[in-house]
Amino acid sequence: MEIDYHKIGLKAGLEIHQQLDTGTKLFCKCPTTLIDKKESRFSFNRYLRASKSEMGEVDEAAREEEKYSRTFIYKGYDSTCLVENDEEPPRELNREAIDISLEVALLLNMNPGDEIHTMRKIVIDGSNTCGFQRTALLATDGRIETEEGLVRVDSLCLEEDAAQKIETEGNAVGYSLDRLGIPLVEIGTAPDIRTAEQARKVAEQLGMILRSTGKVKRGLGTIRQDINVSIEGGARVEIKGVQNLRLIGEIVKNEIVRQLKLIELKDALNKRAARVEHRIEDLSKIFDATSSRVIKKAGGNVFGVCLRGFSGILGTEIQPGRRFGSELADFATKYGVGLMHTDELPAYGITEEEVERMKRTFDATEDDAVVVVAAERERAEEALKAVLRRVEGAMRAIPEETRRALPNGSSAYMRPLPGAARMYPETDVPPVEIDEERLKEINSKLPETFEHRKTRYKEKFGLNDELADKISRNVNFSLFERVMDSYENLPATLVVRTLTDTLAELMQEGIEVEKLEDRHFVDTFEQLASNAFAKEAIPAILKFLVNQPETSVDKAIEEIGLIADMEAVEKLIADIVNSKTDFIHAKGARAVGPLMGVVMKELRGKVDGKVISKILEEKVKEVLEDG
Amino acid sequence: MMEIREGDRIRIKKETDSGVVVYEGIVMPTASRNIVIKLDSGYNIGIRPGNAEVEVIDREEVLTDEKKERGGVLNKTRKEDLPILAILSTGGTIASKVDYRTGAVSPQFSTEDILEAIPELGEIGNIRGKVIYSILSENMRAEYWSKLAAEVYNEIKNGAEGIIVTHGTDTMGYTAAALSFMVQTPVPVVLVGSQRSADRPSSDAAMNAICAAKVACSDLAEVVVVMHGSTSDEFCFIHRGTKVRKMHTSARDAFQPINDIPIGKVYYDTNDIEKIRLEFFSAYMKRGEKELELRAKLEEKCCLIKFYPGADPAILELFIAQGYKGIVLEGTGLGHVSAEWIPGVASAIKRGIPVVMTSQCIYGTICDRVYDTGRDLLHAGIIEGEDMLPETALVKLMCVLGQTTDMEEVRRLMHENIAGEIKGRSMKGCIF
Repeated sequence: MEIDYHKIGLKAGLEIHQQLDTGTKLFCKCPTTLIDKKESRFSFNRYLRASKSEMGEVDEAAREEEKYSRTFIYKGYDSTCLVENDEEPPRELNREAIDISLEVALLLNMNPGDEIHTMRKIVIDGSNTCGFQRTALLATDGRIETEEGLVRVDSLCLEEDAAQKIETEGNAVGYSLDRLGIPLVEIGTAPDIRTAEQARKVAEQLGMILRSTGKVKRGLGTIRQDINVSIEGGARVEIKGVQNLRLIGEIVKNEIVRQLKLIELKDALNKRAARVEHRIEDLSKIFDATSSRVIKKAGGNVFGVCLRGFSGILGTEIQPGRRFGSELADFATKYGVGLMHTDELPAYGITEEEVERMKRTFDATEDDAVVVVAAERERAEEALKAVLRRVEGAMRAIPEETRRALPNGSSAYMRPLPGAARMYPETDVPPVEIDEERLKEINSKLPETFEHRKTRYKEKFGLNDELADKISRNVNFSLFERVMDSYENLPATLVVRTLTDTLAELMQEGIEVEKLEDRHFVDTFEQLASNAFAKEAIPAILKFLVNQPETSVDKAIEEIGLIADMEAVEKLIADIVNSKTDFIHAKGARAVGPLMGVVMKELRGKVDGKVISKILEEKVKEVLEDG
Repeated sequence: MMEIREGDRIRIKKETDSGVVVYEGIVMPTASRNIVIKLDSGYNIGIRPGNAEVEVIDREEVLTDEKKERGGVLNKTRKEDLPILAILSTGGTIASKVDYRTGAVSPQFSTEDILEAIPELGEIGNIRGKVIYSILSENMRAEYWSKLAAEVYNEIKNGAEGIIVTHGTDTMGYTAAALSFMVQTPVPVVLVGSQRSADRPSSDAAMNAICAAKVACSDLAEVVVVMHGSTSDEFCFIHRGTKVRKMHTSARDAFQPINDIPIGKVYYDTNDIEKIRLEFFSAYMKRGEKELELRAKLEEKCCLIKFYPGADPAILELFIAQGYKGIVLEGTGLGHVSAEWIPGVASAIKRGIPVVMTSQCIYGTICDRVYDTGRDLLHAGIIEGEDMLPETALVKLMCVLGQTTDMEEVRRLMHENIAGEIKGRSMKGCIF
């Protein structure tokens, strides 16, 4: 679907969360390393309750989470302490983390506040043992330049990372405490982004600035993006947890489509005079002898509601792979129950006959839809009530909400948008005054600008203007320098091409190159510098490492069966050519095509096809010329 | 510039190297020299007043500090089948919230606030509440124990079928011991607190209070402490008021039984008040077994002195000179102080000041018959504190001296088990 961004009035903003590479956590002396979950030494269970803010209000998002009455199970390690357990007050704000954050703030042309106050941001999904995330606003009023125009950077906050969700079983949600408390900077832009493409570029640029400090963590999960999207006539929606830069544009597009579709659905429903009946019926009897596994698993308990005039609406696709029914199912899922509706039934082992009886219970006509959940009464009723609230909302407007990014670029409902009521002071942590001298010192040591770096690269490595520009703006510039300083015999052009073009090509092929860490590149170049393989095999090695990140590069070379020695390659091709001289004489230059197939059979994936083709052409030419 | 007040909505324009930055928000109370405002995003930030232009945009009474009425029945509709429970609030973390003046957590919650925060309590009993004190428990004093004991006595006399005392955890052990000696009760008297403030979603306040209310409805007629039994939100222990001690500065399961096992356990593993169940591990006084009686008189001029290697015997003299009427020593090991101290101890006792020996080991029983120093102490007239906690021994001595000054009677009462404070039999595995 082609989108006219101007016409729909897209306003998007980004929120980037980047882990800092500090020695210790933000509020305790624990290390900031992640641990194998098998190393867990103990676990404990907790419940959380929504509490009032200092203004005496309870945050709506927190209030909703509380309704789900879940048990949280936390796994602890030798590397975590009582602070993560919420059994000891936090220590003072980590100074190293403040310094890194200030550096980032200055790079984003921001204005640091004079006194930093740590706040408690209520989050009661269990991801923080306290029931709140500690966060402090450090700086405001920054900006970055993009090709499409200026994007204001509204805020930079220093906050603690949340515990990692590791499992969910019924009402119990398991979290791992190793990640909890790792310092993060949260950078929020104003809604100045106007296209999906620009959103991706801004995210890339922010990522690069963060990495230019050399003091942030790298690797999967160390940076996460949230996107705020709104369009005219739509609503402000926050989509959380995008771990993949490539998806940002896709997510923005899909959210626009979702909102446009929801507007269409709203109009259709109002035209049809659709309405919601609040009567919840016990439909269990219908399923006494059902063969549906979902229903049997729920002890045969089925409850349902009737949506008058909703037939066909629930089955309407609003995002790739997601229908309006999926939106409703998100609400039921929050109560740990699955949802089914007549637009998709019969299915899940439910028969035509059972569907008919369901409809009859409500005197439903073919214009109506019936929504059912399989669960015991209390849970089913709570879930259905939440679903009904969402349905009623759909007839009025698009709800403002927080959504969760899904791997295919669509998103699912998470919770209502939190308000300012969820913030109150973290009284256990004293405010920190930003020392003006310290700020000046940080300012004087900021990482170099792109322009300066570009000039330096041209001089030091003899790069041309285009390549120097490319690598100095690339996130991998420091990696480039590291490789060049370590292996002086490598051509700078090759290293630049690898870190820019090759990675971009692999990414286009759908290879998850963001899984690669610095060490993978350094090791690859080390082997290349010692002639362990031909440069043509770099993409093959990187692809291999994406799939098996724990394998060493020399092992990868062996596994792929790379032939390092180009002479050996030439000999192999020559042997094949020499054994087919009759064929070559018969076919002339056209013999290259069929012979390519024979040669590739031997060398596929081990040597670049283009190289083989070139050698083969030469050899065939030689044979023909020799007569 | 118009003077700014807390709660004002203000705009601050600040000159910086890169231009003017504007902050807008509500003025927050602060102890700092900077202006602290709450921005619309919810964040607080402090701005140095220098180079800043401040303008008041709106003045509203945003932070009204509502004073709630003290006392009265809280449940509007009485449920006939539920017992009458009285919640006496003394303050502490269980009843604390943010103090706008200092920005710190301080005890301000009224009983209404507690009920509002934990509505489940209203389903367990007909709650009536009274704020007795609003203090952190380190500010407790012996005279407050007397008043509290009298309040407990009055509530029971006026028909309360169970008493819940909310209390700061720091000195809850002392108050529990004090009430144990001062109130002979026919109904449960339950002290409860929380280790993590009630203003956080993870607070242990709600679970502890709910478990306490369940115990207050039970047939146990003793003064007990009900607090988390583990770091998980799974169960609370019911501790005898004279045998419990705060053994950790911050953990939820800080309260541990010393030289005893807990009386019982309250299972809270489902987070559902209907499914809470009680289990008892040892014998206890049953509801109605004893008549209600108050012994509120205390001799407050008693002290607890911790001995350490090389401690100057003049320390003892100082207390005596200050007019102290009873002394509890926290000695080493089986109950020792250095030989230098013995003449002082003998002299005190001779002057009618009882000296009770307890151990800084915390666990185990005093036995001064094993070593020479011990035998010399016994000879000097020291009263062995048996397996009593030093704090419990102090409170008991205050109580005993409130009733009698006769040295032999004091000695007899200190050795007699009045409220479960002396177990008599030490068993391995007492560390629960």
